[in-house]
Amino acid sequence: MTNTTLETSSGIPSLKIEAGDVIQPLTPTQLIWRRFRKHRMALVGAVGIIVLLVFIIVGSIVIPESAANNTDLLHRLQAPTALHIFGTDSIGRDNFNRIIYGGQISLIIGALAVLLEVTIGTVIGGVAAFIGGWVDAVLMRFTEAMLSIPSLFLLIVLSKFLGHNIPTINILGRTFSGTVGIVILVIGLTAWMYLARIVRSNMLSLRELDYISAAKSLGASKTRIFFTHLVPNTLGIIVVSATLGLANAILTEAYVSFLGLGVQPPTATWGNMMEQAQSFMSQGAWWMWVFPSLFIILVILSVNLMGDGLRDAFDPHSVRHM
Amino acid sequence: MWTYISRRLLQALVILVIITGVCFLLTHFSADPMSQYANKQGMTAADRAIIAHSLGLDQPLPVQYVKWLWLALHGNLGNSFFSRQPVLTMIAQRLPLTLELMVTAEVFIIIISLILGTVSAVKQYSAIDNIITSFSFIGYSMPIFFIAFGLMQIFAVQFKAWGLPYLPTGADIWNPKDLGALIRHMVLPVTCLVIIQVAGYSRFLRSSILEVLGLDYVRTARAKGLSERTMLFKHALRNALLPFITIIGLDIPFLLGGALVTESIFAWPGMGRLFWEYAQRGDFPVVNGVLLLTGTAVVFFTIVVDVLYTFVDPRIRLS
Repeated sequence: MTNTTLETSSGIPSLKIEAGDVIQPLTPTQLIWRRFRKHRMALVGAVGIIVLLVFIIVGSIVIPESAANNTDLLHRLQAPTALHIFGTDSIGRDNFNRIIYGGQISLIIGALAVLLEVTIGTVIGGVAAFIGGWVDAVLMRFTEAMLSIPSLFLLIVLSKFLGHNIPTINILGRTFSGTVGIVILVIGLTAWMYLARIVRSNMLSLRELDYISAAKSLGASKTRIFFTHLVPNTLGIIVVSATLGLANAILTEAYVSFLGLGVQPPTATWGNMMEQAQSFMSQGAWWMWVFPSLFIILVILSVNLMGDGLRDAFDPHSVRHM
Repeated sequence: MWTYISRRLLQALVILVIITGVCFLLTHFSADPMSQYANKQGMTAADRAIIAHSLGLDQPLPVQYVKWLWLALHGNLGNSFFSRQPVLTMIAQRLPLTLELMVTAEVFIIIISLILGTVSAVKQYSAIDNIITSFSFIGYSMPIFFIAFGLMQIFAVQFKAWGLPYLPTGADIWNPKDLGALIRHMVLPVTCLVIIQVAGYSRFLRSSILEVLGLDYVRTARAKGLSERTMLFKHALRNALLPFITIIGLDIPFLLGGALVTESIFAWPGMGRLFWEYAQRGDFPVVNGVLLLTGTAVVFFTIVVDVLYTFVDPRIRLS
């Protein structure tokens, strides 16, 4: 019996092939998963995200929301103790509980904002590439115009515009300040530009490839080529951008709330905890800003690591030596 | 070449009209500058109408926009609703301070990222590369206020508590004309900006150097017996720096807008804070003035970078 070892350059582990075996080719998804698994830091990132999610979900099951918003003026600005392991804030709320509930809001905002961003970016980029001509020109000029405004300036103008009259929202029996919705809209509406450009240029370059010419010569219509070839082949790029966009959205939420434009207290987010901490900096209340910052960094680091891994996994041409 | 430039300039005008149009629309519906007169004693509806008329707020929006654009083309950005000063004067007061902060930071950013990026690419996978790469990854994931608060806690709060010479945080009043005070106040914000930006830039530079080092012409240079040093500085770096120069070129116009968060943490009276302070009050002449200025800078710098690029890299043809 002869054993042949197959080694490829794209990081696929060796396969033992025995004579007479029918070799099942790997599906693209399996190939992607294999490359992702090889990427050690990406796995670290994925584990980090899972740990954080478990922490937040279990935390919000064990600890009621009222504990996060419960004020206790007798124990305000307390350094970490056994009772309040992350200390208390300026009106005696427990920072540990607030980080759990703040994390919930921050992650929800991040996820929904990315969903909005990806939808807008993909539609605009896709439409520009599909229709072309003057529609493409108009959409791309608009995209460029939005990119020419410093992003925080655009965020501020937009959140002032949307933050006129804010209703409160009831979801799953919990009341959210309407500002949560506004922040999602603001982040989603100011972050789609890069994705739109990437989607468009990827589709345009795909269109020049031989297999598209082959499809054309077989008589495939423009619509068919778009939906069966261009869209699936752009999905990888979209997934990667969405992952990196999630890190960005969480960071942006922190900035927006830090400027006082975001979610309003008592609803906690990591960003507005930082904003409140700023006033008590000079009193040495380090625990007020250190803990929310650490969580922000942890989440963003994990998401970025995972995004990097996904980028390499989706791109079969990038041979990285780990 | 000239047809290319003129076409780009024409596109730039379209982009500027879109920028100003969108901003004009958004700012006009986001706040009512008349609200400050709403509950003033002894003020009648007729008085308010007179004020609204004198500010030009009683006209339809398209008319207001065209008027504003016409005046802007003649170098008049209007007056602030609150300070009543001309917007251009207000910008002229803030711009030098922002440039002092941002240009100083940018110089350090470029030098440090050049060193770190080159070292970690040349010594790929060594201990020093791993350290630089990990730190830049962490730095890349940090919100700037974490660095700012950390530096403030150590160098302002703790040093003061320990009786050591400490750095000012910007909460005190200082005269920007006093060079010593200016430098002392600049240390912390510049450090924050440098840490954040170096993280991204050095990562970028590392990967573009590594890409070039893998190319055939570098192998040829090595094969013909050039020393590593000559190969790196005379051959590899020249090409690897091109994308780096591009992103710096594209980032430069954004320096005009200042660093809003850093400026507001350290109470730096620059453009970012000007925008922030007046945007909160709905003072749209100021807001639109700043946006027009930064937008124009960004749009024209992009063209300049693209054109200059053909001189730096003759392989590129404009079309």
